[in-house]
Formats: sequence, C-alpha cells, structure tokens
Amino acid sequence: MLKYILRRLVTMIPTLLVISMLVFVIIQLPPGDYLESHIAELQSQGESVDEQKIQFLREQYGLDKPMLQQYLFWVGGMLQGDFGYSFEYDLPVTEVVGDRLFLTIIISIATILFTWMIAFPIGIYSATHQYSWGDYGLSMLGFLGLATPNFLLALIMLYLANVYFGTSIGGLMDPEYIDAAWSYDKLLSILEHLWIPVVVIGTSGTAGMIRRLRANLLDELQKQYVTTGRAKGLPPGKLLFKYPLRVALNFFVADIGNLLPTVISGAEIVAVVMSLPTTGPILLSALQSQDMYLAGSFLMFLALLTVVGVLVSDIALALLDPRIRLGGAASK
Amino acid sequence: MRARKQHDDKGEPLIVDSIQPPPLLEVNNLAVDFSLNGSPVPAIKDLSFTVRPGESVALVGESGSGKSVTSQAIMGILPLNATISAGEILFNHPGSGKILDIAAIDAGSDQMRSIRGGSISIIFQEPMTSLSPVHTIGDQISEALFLHRDASRQEGLQLTRTMLEHVGFPHPARAMKMYPFELSGGLRQRAMIAMAMICHPALMIADEPTTALDVTIQARILKLIKELQAELDMALLLITHDLGVVANMADQVVVMYHGRVMEAGPLQDLFGNPQHDYLKALMHAVPRFDLEPGERLVPVREIHSEIGDLLQKETPSPVNGGAGAHLQVRDIRKTYQLHSGTWVGSETRELLAVDGVSFDVERGECFGLVGESGCGKTTLSKIIMRAITPDQGEVIYHDHQQAIDVRGLEGNDLLAFRRKMQFIFQDPYSALNPRMTVFDILREPLVVHELGDLDYQREMATELMHLVGLDPRFLNRYPHSFSGGQRQRIGIARALALQPDLIICDEPVSALDVSIQAQVLNLLKDLQQELGLTFVFISHNLAVIHYIADRIAVMCRGRIVELATREKLFANPVHPYTRALLSAVPHPELSQPLSFDAINEAAESEPALWQFPFTIEHNQATDFIQLDEGHYVRVMAGCKSSDLAA
Repeated sequence: MLKYILRRLVTMIPTLLVISMLVFVIIQLPPGDYLESHIAELQSQGESVDEQKIQFLREQYGLDKPMLQQYLFWVGGMLQGDFGYSFEYDLPVTEVVGDRLFLTIIISIATILFTWMIAFPIGIYSATHQYSWGDYGLSMLGFLGLATPNFLLALIMLYLANVYFGTSIGGLMDPEYIDAAWSYDKLLSILEHLWIPVVVIGTSGTAGMIRRLRANLLDELQKQYVTTGRAKGLPPGKLLFKYPLRVALNFFVADIGNLLPTVISGAEIVAVVMSLPTTGPILLSALQSQDMYLAGSFLMFLALLTVVGVLVSDIALALLDPRIRLGGAASK
Repeated sequence: MRARKQHDDKGEPLIVDSIQPPPLLEVNNLAVDFSLNGSPVPAIKDLSFTVRPGESVALVGESGSGKSVTSQAIMGILPLNATISAGEILFNHPGSGKILDIAAIDAGSDQMRSIRGGSISIIFQEPMTSLSPVHTIGDQISEALFLHRDASRQEGLQLTRTMLEHVGFPHPARAMKMYPFELSGGLRQRAMIAMAMICHPALMIADEPTTALDVTIQARILKLIKELQAELDMALLLITHDLGVVANMADQVVVMYHGRVMEAGPLQDLFGNPQHDYLKALMHAVPRFDLEPGERLVPVREIHSEIGDLLQKETPSPVNGGAGAHLQVRDIRKTYQLHSGTWVGSETRELLAVDGVSFDVERGECFGLVGESGCGKTTLSKIIMRAITPDQGEVIYHDHQQAIDVRGLEGNDLLAFRRKMQFIFQDPYSALNPRMTVFDILREPLVVHELGDLDYQREMATELMHLVGLDPRFLNRYPHSFSGGQRQRIGIARALALQPDLIICDEPVSALDVSIQAQVLNLLKDLQQELGLTFVFISHNLAVIHYIADRIAVMCRGRIVELATREKLFANPVHPYTRALLSAVPHPELSQPLSFDAINEAAESEPALWQFPFTIEHNQATDFIQLDEGHYVRVMAGCKSSDLAA
C-alpha cells in the first residue's frame, strides 16, 4: 500500500505537467494578450494610451517572448512558489487570491455540511420507505431543487432576506465590515449573510446526493447479507447503519475527490450574482481579461486539488473497504 | 397430512405420537400471500407440519414451491409485500417454556428479535452474498452472540474462536480477522454455520445449505451439520430440492408443490413407498448411478422437440461410430498471475489453472469433464473456444477431412470457424441479454455471420423454438418472462442457430431444478442423437455426467487425473480423487447412505496427500498410464500399471 501511494504520487507529476501545458495553451488561445485587451478597453473609454509604458510593461512581463519561454517562466516560477503577477489587480497572484480563499473555504465547507445534513436523513428515509408518500414528497422536493436555476433562487432569496430580515443585498457581510478588522460583530454579520449562499449552492447538490444515496442504499437493502442480519435478530436501526449504509458509503467517499476543488473554486455564477467576495468571480474575470498568470495559477491550483482529492478518496476507499485493500486482481 | 392418513387407513397404530416429546415447532394451516400490484397471490396454502426437538425435517420441492417462504415466515423475515393470511406457527420457546405463536407476533417486536438468532437461526444457500463483504468473520459471528447472550467482550470473542474451531477452521484466531472474500466457498459456509450455532438455537433452518457447494465439500458440510445437531440436541429444518441430501439427512420429509403439502411422513415411508404422483415423478427425474444403459429420465413435465427442414442436415454425421477424432487437445497449460496487496508492498503469485491437459473427443460422442470448482474445467473450455489464450499447447479441430489448428486461426478464418463450435452457458439468467427479444437473441448469430435474409432468419428462429420445445409465439418476448429452464432452452437454441458440429456445455443444468434438469438433459441427449452433434459436457455433478457422457475425464487442480469410458470409470474408479468424488455423492436412496465417517477433511483434493503411487508433490513430473483399453490414470513419473495392483 505504501508502495502504491508512492507510485500514485510519482504519476501525479506527469499528469500535472500535461495539465499545466493544456491550461497555458488554452489561456493563450484567444488572440492577443492582457495588454492588448487592456489597451482596447482604455481606448474605448476614450483615454489616451502611453505607447512607451505599454512597451515597458510588455518587456517587464515577458509578453514579447515566444510562448514556450513564457510557459517555462511560469512553470519555473510556480515550482519556487511564485505564482506570477496579476495585471488587473496590480498585485502578486497570491495576494489577490489569499484574502478571498478563506471566505471561499468557509462558504464551501458550510455548504458541504448543509448538503450532508439534509441529504443523509432524507436519502436514508427515502430508501427505507421506498414508494411511500414521504419518499414521493421528498423526492419531488429534491427534483425541484435540482431543477431550479441557482442564480434565480439566489435572487429570490436575496430579496426575501432583505424584505423579511433586513439583510443587506449581496456580499458576505454588511458593507461597513468589508475592510474592517475581525470582530465579533463582523462574524455575526457574516453568519447572517452566509446562510443564503449556502442554501442556494446547496440545494442542487443536496438533491443529487439524495438521489444517489437512495439508489445505492436501495441496491444494498436487497442484498442477502441484510436478511442474514435480520435473521440474527439485529434491531433495524443498528442493522441499517452497520451493514447496508456502510457499504453504500463507497460512492460517497469516491465523491470526496470531486469535493476538494469545488471547496476552493466556489460556485462561480452564484457568487457573481450575489457578489460574494469569493474566488469564483476572480477566476471568471481573469479568464475574460486574459489576466494570464492569475487565471493560469488558479486553474493549476484546482488541478492539483483534483489530483490530490482523487488520491485521498482512493486511499479512503481502501481503508473503508477490505475488498479494495486486500483483494488481488487476476490478470488474463 | 396425507401420508399419515394413509397409514391410519391401513390400521397402523398412532401410539408413536404419544411417546414422542411435544413438538418444538408446529405449523398449522399456514397461508402466506404476496401482494403483487395490489392483488394477493398465494405463496403458501394450508401448510402444516411439526418439528420435534432434535429431529431433522426436510422440506422438499422445486423452486417456487414455497419452501423458502415457509422459512421466512418462521423466522419473521418475510419480505414487506408478504403477509401471513391464516394459520399459526407454534414455537415451544425453550427459554421461557411457553408456547408462542410466531404468526401472531409482530416481526419487528423485541420478542421476535430475541427468537431470531437466539432460539431459531438460519443458514442460506449462497454463503458469499449472505455475509457482509466489509466486516470480518469474527465481527459478524460474535455480533449474534452479543445480541442474545450476556457475555463480556473477552468471553464472547473466546466463544467465537472456539465455535470457529468447532466448525473446522484450521486457524480460528486468524480467521476471526478475515473477510468473507478471503475464504473458500466451503469455509464461508462453515462461518455461516458458526454464526447460526453460536447461540445454541433450539432449531436451525438450513435453506439449501449445500446447493452452491462442490460435492466433496457438500459431504463435509452435511457431516458437520449432523455432528453439531447431535451434540447440541438441535432440531433441523432442512430446505432443499436435492433428494440425495434428504435421504442422508432427514428423519421426516414434507414434499411441497405450489405452496401445498403433497406428501409428508417419515423418511423410510416416503422413500420406501412414495404414494403421491408428484413425489414419484420427482424420484424418476433424478439421475442415478443405477440407471440401465439407455434408460431415460422421466421429467415431471415432458417437452416435445421437433426438427424442422432448415435444421435437418443433408448427411447426418455418424453417431458413436468411431469416425475418428473430432477435437484434439494437446498439452494445454495456462497460468494466471494473482496480485495481492497489503499495506507494505504487493506480491504476485502464479496460479496454475490448467496443467498439461491432453485428450481427444471422438466425433459424435459426449465427452464429460468433471471436477470441483477451481479445477480449471471452465478455463479449459474457454481455451478450446479460443476465448482465452493458453501459455502452451494446441487445439486441433477435425472438420471431416481437414485438420484446423484453432490457435493459429486469424481474421476471416476464425470467424468462419466459429460456426463449427458453439457454447452453452451455466447461468441462464446472465447468458441472455435482457434488452433483446428472444427473436433477436436467436437471430444474432445469423446476423453476425450474414446468413440469409430476414425471412430466412425468422423461419430459422421459429424452427429453433420448435426444436427446444418452446412456442414460436414467444419469439417477441423478452428473457425475463421465461423460467430458468425455458431460458436455458433458449440458450441451447441460440447455440444451435449456426448448426455447429461441436457444442461445449459448461454446467448447463447446475442452476436448474431436478425436474427441469431432467427435461434439459433429455433435450440435449435427443438433439445430440438427431443432429449428430459432438458434446464436451462440463459438470461437477457425477450423476449428471453419468447420465449423459460416453467418456469421462476427471479433473483436479488443472490436471486430468483419470479418463475412462463411463462404464469403466463408475465400475472401477482407480484414482483416489475419483473415488472421493464418487463416495461423496448423496444418493436419493436409503440403501446407499453417505459414509460420513469415511469423509476425510481436505485430503481428497490435495495432490500431495494422495496415496502412492498417485502422490504429486509440487511441480513433480507425472505419467498418464493406460490401465486397460480406454482407461487412463495419472501417477507419479516412472510408475507402471503393475504398481497399482500392489
């Protein structure tokens, strides 16, 4: 197993290299670079452009060099912990993202917990009471959640929260706290705003998770070993949690690999609609304005998290399921 | 109960009843209904029988006769859509001494839960799926103990270890930490028995406990159940369709059909003098070793097969006529690589699946391959079909004048060759695509080989249905609307669609009921005669092989250990493994009981433990010597047939 983990870690290196090339090429694909789109923007606003300054910037950032050289410069920097410089914000990438990362993680973790807390009881109930009124009703609620566009729900919730609770529209805290130091009031304000994005982002995920948990658990409940457990005289609750639920959790653990990147990227569209100070909108605007180091480093970070997440879930699966841990595979 | 009534008529005294102890379990007029789409469908109608303490009662019947539903009703684990609509299940609870009506107790109540697993326990047919894949054996067995008995953790684990040792685990302490998939089928079933026994129940229900097991392992498991039963003075309710098992295990027999009791009474009466037509029919459907040559099995329901014009060959190949070899298999060897991982590194083992197997199959004969699961017979059949590539060896197919090297075929030659050899699979459920109609299934081989137009294919499919005794009107149905036996017949029809000369049958009847088995065996036998087919028939069931095969090869651990004609093999088995196989077969006759004392734990299938001159140490060279005309046996290298006499 140790050997297996080592091997997986080593194979991550070429994977990430290939991803970095793809990311870089895709970012470079649209014609022009950040400075050109910047000039175009300035000209459209009727401002004059200082050719000399542009030229200086171009040399400064190495934008006049061939693509391969730019790529090597970028990758080399990342290996030393330098993620490049954001043109748009005029700040190093780490500083642009750093501030918002913390809030993004808070929202995402709250969302995941919300999803689990709602989805697990409902999924278990639906599976154990298949085709009951409760199952149908909850399933319909789930489908409603799945079918409602998130941004629409976001707008409605913002409006309702403002009308009934007086919560300020948009953002993750009242405006006066935005640049203030951390305080008890600021925390309260965040909590007051937090639930709306959590509910909005969570609904679709919850619905999906209910459906998957229900389907997996239903499969397991049919299995003979559940009958064995009943024949042993196990009480229903203990039987459910020890046997079928435990086996049905495999899909859930396999899902952890996908969770890590979403924790960081956040739900972009919803974040834009609700003007949340998370990383999602930054990524979106960086891609639009060809702010290449910001976008590139961000995407690389997501890729790294995906690869690590998959490894973590594979290891967790092996821990949870002895068939994966101990089972041998025969080769034909 | 009909049988007992008949005894009354004959004037036999019923005093026996009064000296017998009071019944442990008394089922009176039980009826169970399933609700399908809102309307009740009866599964059991008016079922009555009694089980006395320490006694073995066998419930016998085909699938769908309601025997498993009976066990579920007694355990209170009926499916949600089933209800007990009438009758009572009186259980003399050993703890309280009170008589409880299980039918009236809520299945989810604490009282019922304490009976389940505590006083009545059950073992199921398929030990792999009956145990949780992600919990250790020790955990699952001790759980039953901790639920019903006051034992500290230490005591409980100690008791579990003792129980595991008792049911025959060689290393009980290690087995505690093992998972079901790490154990062989026999050991899994032993673990299941340990789990059922750990609370020393008054009644154990065994629902087809050995149906999924090999014959030698079956004999050991039956022996174990019998020993434990005597030791703990436990009653046994044995549910099975195998009359051979019944003859060796039961004191009382209850024969069920469609949820009703057909006949019931003591084993001696029923087997000695069966009264009801159904039981007689069942007895005639079981293949036995003492069948006369040419004697046919009588299935409970006959099927009528007819051969149409398209399937009739212009010149049928001569049957059993020494027309030369049809298939030659030479020195086939195949190893598998097994990778097993632990937390620190992994190891790779080589498993020798087939080791130097050679044999000839004559044109028109039925060549039987018999052996336990894992002996390499299925691997061998797939090598012959060219579904698996062997490490060495060759397969030569004789197409009348022309010899074809099967391993060397490529491209169009291989495609053309496929028409000559076809395969019938073991499991009729997974062998048919559930999303294709029967017509599409039968037509597919013709489509693949671009034979005929749609009209021809439709006519062919119709003929094939007639051939296997199915109504051609069923062509538009999907496989799920057919029973197991009917599906197997569809599988046979598909194999015949290309009019092959040689068919490999891989355990074609082992998933079927006795009555259906006789039907399918007769069908295969007739088809072989009438179409002039050559069969390679693989089975683990010696009685089936005895019924259908002309020559038989016995396989063990990838080697053929003995090869002879049917008469010689059964009259004079020489190899210890063949003898062990033969002695482990439970006969449905009282005159030939299994000799449980002679059953030697684990020795039969271990080549290193076979007595001289059959001993095969690891990778040692062996000789395949001829004893007399057509009778070969594998011995240590250098031994002569004269050594065998000594």
